[in-house]
Amino acid sequence: MSSPITLSSVLALAPEIGLTALILAVMIYDRLLKPDERRKLGIFTAWFSLVILLTTFGLWYFLNEPGAGAVAIWGGMVRHDMATLVFRVIFLLGLMITSLISTDFLEVQRGEYYALLAAATLGFSLMAASGDLIMLFVAMETASISLYALAGLATGNTRSVEAGMKYFIYGSFASAIMLYGMSLLYGLTGVSNLHIIAGTLLGSEADSAVLLAAVLLIVGFGFKVSVVPFHFWSPDVYEGAPSPVTAFLSTASKAAGFAVFIRFFLAGIVGSPNPNQGWWNILVAMCILTMILGNFMAIYQTNMKRLIAYSSIAQAGYALIGLVTLTVDGSGATMFYLLMYVFSNIAAFTVIILVSNQNGSDDMKDFYGLSRRSPYLALAMMLALLSLGGIPPTAGFFGKFFVFRAAIEAGMWWLALAGLLTAFVALYYYLSIIKYLYLYRSDEEEIEIPVPRSYKVALAITVIGILYLGVLANPAFEWTRQAALAFFAG
Amino acid sequence: MFPFLSVITLSPIAAAIIILLLPKERKENARMMALAAMLLGMVLSLYVYSNYYQNLPDPGTPWRDTLQFVEEVPWVPGLGINYIMGVDGLSATLVLLTALVGLGGVLISWSVEDRPREFFAFFMLLVAGVHGVFVAVDGFLLFFFYELAVLPMYVMIVIWGWEKTREYAAMKLTLYLLLGSFVSLLGFLVLLFQLPAQGLEMTFDLRVWSEANFPISMQLIWFMPVFLGFAVLGGVWPFHNWSPDGHVAAPTAVSMIHAGVLMKLGAYAAMRVGIQMLPDGAVYWMPFVILLTIINVVYGSLIAMRQRDMKYLIGYSSVSHMGLVAMGFAAMNMEGFVGAGIQMVSHGIMTALFFSVVGMIYDRAHSRNMDELRGMAKVLPWAMVAFIIGGFVSMGMPGFSGFIAEFPIFLGVWRGGGLELAAPTVFGLQPSNYYPILAILAATGIVVTAAYILRAIGDVFLGDYDEHKWHDMRPLLAIDKFTLAVFSLCLIVIGVFPAVIAPIVEAGVAPVVARLEIAQQTSHMVTIFDSVQTAAANFIHWLGGA
Repeated sequence: MSSPITLSSVLALAPEIGLTALILAVMIYDRLLKPDERRKLGIFTAWFSLVILLTTFGLWYFLNEPGAGAVAIWGGMVRHDMATLVFRVIFLLGLMITSLISTDFLEVQRGEYYALLAAATLGFSLMAASGDLIMLFVAMETASISLYALAGLATGNTRSVEAGMKYFIYGSFASAIMLYGMSLLYGLTGVSNLHIIAGTLLGSEADSAVLLAAVLLIVGFGFKVSVVPFHFWSPDVYEGAPSPVTAFLSTASKAAGFAVFIRFFLAGIVGSPNPNQGWWNILVAMCILTMILGNFMAIYQTNMKRLIAYSSIAQAGYALIGLVTLTVDGSGATMFYLLMYVFSNIAAFTVIILVSNQNGSDDMKDFYGLSRRSPYLALAMMLALLSLGGIPPTAGFFGKFFVFRAAIEAGMWWLALAGLLTAFVALYYYLSIIKYLYLYRSDEEEIEIPVPRSYKVALAITVIGILYLGVLANPAFEWTRQAALAFFAG
Repeated sequence: MFPFLSVITLSPIAAAIIILLLPKERKENARMMALAAMLLGMVLSLYVYSNYYQNLPDPGTPWRDTLQFVEEVPWVPGLGINYIMGVDGLSATLVLLTALVGLGGVLISWSVEDRPREFFAFFMLLVAGVHGVFVAVDGFLLFFFYELAVLPMYVMIVIWGWEKTREYAAMKLTLYLLLGSFVSLLGFLVLLFQLPAQGLEMTFDLRVWSEANFPISMQLIWFMPVFLGFAVLGGVWPFHNWSPDGHVAAPTAVSMIHAGVLMKLGAYAAMRVGIQMLPDGAVYWMPFVILLTIINVVYGSLIAMRQRDMKYLIGYSSVSHMGLVAMGFAAMNMEGFVGAGIQMVSHGIMTALFFSVVGMIYDRAHSRNMDELRGMAKVLPWAMVAFIIGGFVSMGMPGFSGFIAEFPIFLGVWRGGGLELAAPTVFGLQPSNYYPILAILAATGIVVTAAYILRAIGDVFLGDYDEHKWHDMRPLLAIDKFTLAVFSLCLIVIGVFPAVIAPIVEAGVAPVVARLEIAQQTSHMVTIFDSVQTAAANFIHWLGGA
């Protein structure tokens, strides 16, 4: 299958081309800087990714590229559709804000760090766009290997090294299992093109080989998005990895996992998407378990990063609700959820980084009395937590509302009930943190926490994002819904 | 047209943002800003109220057409979510009540010293959320503001509350209320997807919902979750437990809003979404709900009798009085609903008055314990007069607003037997058999109320004043006296001239009552045991279908 190389097929890869250029540019720029000027790298990366983001968005907005339909280009290796666009925007936002909040994190001030971040984003972007099993695997490994290195980047810190090692070992197992699933799919159909596989397997109901392939794929994807029972790596890795990396891992990487998750399970690659499929029951069970376990474990945490790690496990459960509804509205809701989650979670991590830079640890006690030390930081943290908890007027309210609505529309009111009850549990610990921020006192109230400018910008972007999506959700909602249609376009 | 309701609702939010952006030192400006926003809200809601009062809809108008000051802006049109605001007679009244209590709250908190900027900012958010629920005509907007109102409560109780119980009480209150609203939201969404089967478009617009006739089996199942989910905030037994703890722990202004307006929010939403949208479910379940409310009324007042902490006393008396509101709903006739509507207003102002008196005493004596306080009349005569007026309202003395509210409720419950044709039997009894008994029982709650109120007046204000112990007592400020005077005046005016409020409340509840009357004529005679079986069978059937 060959298709001619046209201008539009080159433009379709604009973000990837831009990211590759960014990797090279940041490495060269690194050599030109004196060691004490390294923080410029982060600002450089942020600007560069903003340009890529605007280009990607502009291509859609002004040139209608991608259009409403899906186009397979580069010999079927890449699929260019609205869903790809939405996910690319999520990844690039993640990259941009993460680079902004890395500028004053000493352990990661190296050229490789930003190059690896960009490489991981490149991988994510291709994951979301891949139209072929081989492309998908290569993209996933590009992303994963960069992330293993990122997690262990703080070589002076044993916990970071441990995190990198742990992530690597778990991750390579998961990859191997997933690869087995992919080879089964290839064996069943004789092709590696996802579109053709979907055409062949769509309509198949209870083929046990397909089910096996689906289960093996769930292991791989479930690892990426850290749903129960494939979540065991994430609290340790999230806690040990440098905080900006954790922010990136818990948002962009999770979104990338969902991109392939949705693509495989809704486009009919493992059989037509309906609740009679064996894998559907597995997904529903995982979804409920994830919400329960993530939230209940989070209650007992005394380390802020670890708490957010468990909360982000739970968040994956809510995003999964949209997926298991197997409807257009549901997958649109999942995408909206992931978009709002990027803003909310990175906002929380920005505050965590600032506080731990000052205090040297991420212990819950360090956050006591934050509202007296730095009222605006406390306010931003409160908004982020409310958004994660789903309280208006923040983005999280709409995010949760859309997924629950989709679940009830699909007749799964019990799933929505499970979601609501666990969201209620989550509110307990989010509200407790707000209490620590506002009520509890600490001895260091006089010492104000310095906020460098790049962090101010990051906070401004995330807070505006949280409030914008929390009040005027409609444009983003229509956008994700349009994107969700692309999954069903076949 | 000038967007009155949006300005009333959103101006406190704007004020909150400005207050937060002010530098730390300028707390004077923060207070002024809050006061300005509240005054603006007061003026506009007075205008809305009087304008509605002059243009009352004709009896028999469907709810859709009783709404005035309607504003409509698309929000998430793809899902049928729109920003629609409007008021009917009841909500116009409650908006005015909110403005009044909000204004009183700002005046009472004038001398807050601990982080005043944040205090007023969160207070403004709270008021905005409450206004929003009353004026929302879109179901989604209603939930949006409902949850928006709960959050500032948490923060305010945690930060400015009473040290001993604030963390516990704030968390308890927030979780109770949010769980209630989640349950209601679930029921609401389930019903949403039943709309197409009614030939209606799938929308959150409550005007469309008010014309829907959901299948009886759906109504039987989902009425209780939707109604009780909201009624949690209305303090219905056995979900009332958060309320006294919350009242006690909250700072004075928050207690005022909390007991004065927020609990009405629950009752209002329970009526608006629960009863109005699901009348058949209401006709079926209300004869049971009334049994809960009788516990509210009698048990609440008996517990209040045992309290020695003034705030707990008023907290439990609130539970008892809010029970009367739900009881008025359960009467399912015009008298009951009008009484319930007036009771919401009367109780709102009365508790605001009570809590401001207690707050004033506590600020000065640092005690709310009725065993310690004695002879306060000597230094705080205004507080005593105000407390006595509140007390008269509380025990339903003629000439005060409490009488205007409680008398129709008892009348309505007594007359509740008029439903016998249609209503189901409860344990083999027709409502006509036991509603009058409940009316008598509830009236005994009033006797108990009189006992604890009079005793409280005797303990706190009368008796020998200990000059030595209270040597640093300050008299009331002019601003305090002004607040008390305004609240007392409102209570007396409503008591003496009920016509200022009764017609507009009646116009507000008439569409709901009309729907209930239709439902009463059409619903089937079922006994409790049959219907539980039917409901269970329907539920299982429906589960299988889903």
